[in-house]
Amino acid sequence: MISDAETRDRADAAMHGSEALTHLDRLEAESIHIMREVAAEFRNPVMLYSVGKDSAVMLRLAQKAFAPGQLPFPLLHVDTTWKFREMIAYRDAMAEALGLELIVHTNSQGVADGVGPFTHGSRVHTDIMKTEALKQALDAGRYDAAFGGARRDEEKSRAKERIFSFRSKHHRWDPKAQRPELWNLYNARVAPGESVRVFPLSNWTELDIWQYILREDIPLVPLYFAAERPVVERDGTTIMVDDDRMPLDEGEKPEQRMVRFRTLGCYPLTGAVASSAATVEDIILELLADRSSERQGRVIDADQIGAMEKKKQEGYF
Amino acid sequence: MASHVPDIATFLTAQNAKGQLRFITCGSVDDGKSTLIGRLLHDSQAVLDDQLAAAQSESRKYGTQGDAVDLALLVDGLQAEREQGITIDVAYRYFETERRKFIAADTPGHEQYTRNMATGASNAELAVILVDARHGLQTQTRRHSFIVSLFGIRHVVLAVNKMDLLNYDEATFTAIADDYRAFARDLGISDVHCVPISALTGENVFTPAKFMAWYDGPSLMELLETVDVAAVAEEKPFRMPVQWVNRPNAEFRGFSGTISSGEIAVGDAIEALDSNRTAHVARVVGPSGDQERAVNGQAVTLVLDRNIDISRGDVLAAPGSGMAVADQFAAHIVWMSDTPMLPERAYTLRLASASATAQVTDLVHHVDVNTLDKLAAKTLQLNEVGYCKIALDRAIAFDPYVDNRQTGGFILIDKLTNHTVAAGTVDFALRRASNIVWHDMKIDKVARAAAAGQKPCVLWFTGLSGSGKSTVADRLEQKLHAAGRRTYLLDGDNVRHGLNKDLGFTDQDR
Ligand SMILES: Nc1nc2c(ncn2[C@@H]2O[C@H](COP(=O)(O)OP(=O)(O)O)[C@@H](O)[C@H]2O)c(=O)[nH]1
Repeated sequence: MISDAETRDRADAAMHGSEALTHLDRLEAESIHIMREVAAEFRNPVMLYSVGKDSAVMLRLAQKAFAPGQLPFPLLHVDTTWKFREMIAYRDAMAEALGLELIVHTNSQGVADGVGPFTHGSRVHTDIMKTEALKQALDAGRYDAAFGGARRDEEKSRAKERIFSFRSKHHRWDPKAQRPELWNLYNARVAPGESVRVFPLSNWTELDIWQYILREDIPLVPLYFAAERPVVERDGTTIMVDDDRMPLDEGEKPEQRMVRFRTLGCYPLTGAVASSAATVEDIILELLADRSSERQGRVIDADQIGAMEKKKQEGYF
Repeated sequence: MASHVPDIATFLTAQNAKGQLRFITCGSVDDGKSTLIGRLLHDSQAVLDDQLAAAQSESRKYGTQGDAVDLALLVDGLQAEREQGITIDVAYRYFETERRKFIAADTPGHEQYTRNMATGASNAELAVILVDARHGLQTQTRRHSFIVSLFGIRHVVLAVNKMDLLNYDEATFTAIADDYRAFARDLGISDVHCVPISALTGENVFTPAKFMAWYDGPSLMELLETVDVAAVAEEKPFRMPVQWVNRPNAEFRGFSGTISSGEIAVGDAIEALDSNRTAHVARVVGPSGDQERAVNGQAVTLVLDRNIDISRGDVLAAPGSGMAVADQFAAHIVWMSDTPMLPERAYTLRLASASATAQVTDLVHHVDVNTLDKLAAKTLQLNEVGYCKIALDRAIAFDPYVDNRQTGGFILIDKLTNHTVAAGTVDFALRRASNIVWHDMKIDKVARAAAAGQKPCVLWFTGLSGSGKSTVADRLEQKLHAAGRRTYLLDGDNVRHGLNKDLGFTDQDR
């Protein structure tokens, strides 16, 4: 299934010879190295598969790391039962097409208690159906390592997290007691019950991810691409009405709009953005344009600061 | 707005042409490191709207720059960390310019964070060391430079900051730069660049110097974009530590790993260490399938033309390329644990893909990271650097760290707590490899005696330390020399300056 990309890459390689590896080549090599370390050092690893774009890239890298062999670990999807229907369809199609061992876990107690975002709010829903469910699944599988697709550029605390991030028996992260991580040497030692979360995409940025998806022709859930979708506006967020579990307020009527999603999760908690980006190329351009418009916005802000200062000098309170 | 966005083809071509630079920034509190990093992120447009807006509103509350944005506040957390006194750790930041993509490891500068700095330094190709122009080189500048040299960073940029406070004075800068060059030379740092900047005003960071007409060198960013960091590892002999044996079925048996130096092509001979068997490469399987050859930095799977016993921990190397296989070596280590180093305690050593049980058998000296003085020591405390001998329970393949960071760097793991307690860099192998054999030479003792026209004889002076052996021997040799005899004097202390430099005064060493 990588054969298309394969031919193109070989042509690329022939073109630039071996001289400089590109930035993507280096990131790719680093991620593959990390995955092989995990497979070799841990007793029972698993890959957390969220069905999103980062997971898709992570999965492709794993295939490359162990080709022509199969992945030496299963995938684990924590299903909150509120994911977009297209995500589940894509997930099952990928597992089938690639012959993957896919474990799907749902917090059955949560389901029995009727927990959901509309009835319990996002905090409780996320805690019970995602966080708790994940711990249940990790404990049940007695995994000592779990791959995750998080990136350091995503969030502040992630910028300081290690690639091999140690977790206690209770799955807790202690940011103050992280193991030093040098060169490409990783400490994979854990006591029984303890585990390590491994982030092979740590050094990738969002733009890197999209460029890699383009270069490798990685299929994604269609929700990433703009299409006419039925949506409603709620508290400033555009929510897609994905099934009839969504209670509509009186007079609230889903309306067809050109939208796409930048991240994917539970449909009631995921905001759509207005967009006409229908291809990976379009999305990359959209990301770039967002940045430059933000730059432009900034110039105005800077002006306003100056203006404020002036007003103050003029006696403004 | 749209005019800022290139078309996709132009964009992708430009992206593919971009190299990558991993660098570390070191500086102490108040040198202006946060301001500089904020400046780099801001001027390279890596800061998004919401981040800038947040920094702006914070600036008004906490900033030091009146109503202007305090760029230091863009560098998240660190400030808060400092206020709360919690561990300051390495933070990674990403930005790019038209020429390169950068991964910056932002490391804290205090002595108590030496281990964090070591962590950042281990993967860096270049170091930006910051000094405050008003204070010149400080103790911490030396410490940072020592760690940088210890971890094999070849390129150092000394950024002399806050030039605006000194009216961009040339003499001050030149004096600091000269001082630093001399110091770096002593440390063996080969490539040093000194740049005067003002992180606050942006002078000479991205934009060329406006107020320093006397300075005709590159701006800081120009340096980061152009310093040549490639090449070195590619010219070295081939090395690939085997991470994983890939054996999905009876037809395929490959050895997976990341090439840590040199290159490999189909048909090349390789040697498997430590088994000493050789074979030829039948296939090079890269991330996108078969390729003709592969270079340093690539993660590949090699298929060999013959079945030899290879497993994780072995290294595939160019035949006869001098890789050591030994169970003892001398190394520098940085101690990273609150629990002091205990000589003779068994630790797990991890080097490339190999693991072994290791003991620090001899702590030769402890290096004061501030003065670089070598001091006698029995143990190492957190953040201390020592030079020691390490003995393993089995022989493994390795290189001196100066030759190869991937096959010469190691960590020690405590067997009880599983913590990473030390990072080390191999200096040289201590025990001769077993594959060195004695060669019989034709010129022997009898032939030499005949040529010299004298009867060979060894005189051994023994006695307590300080009893006068060297003095007596010296007089005797002078007499013999005057009589036209050929002599050579091997003095215990003199030998310890050279051949026996690595031996101490323990019973075993004697
Ligand atoms: N005048 C001047 N002040 C600077 C410059 N760079 C930083 N500073 C100031 O020096 C102080 C310490 O800077 P900061 O970036 O927080 O230092 P850090 O502790 O090294 O991160 C702050 O008040 C900065 O505004 C500079 O180039 N010129």
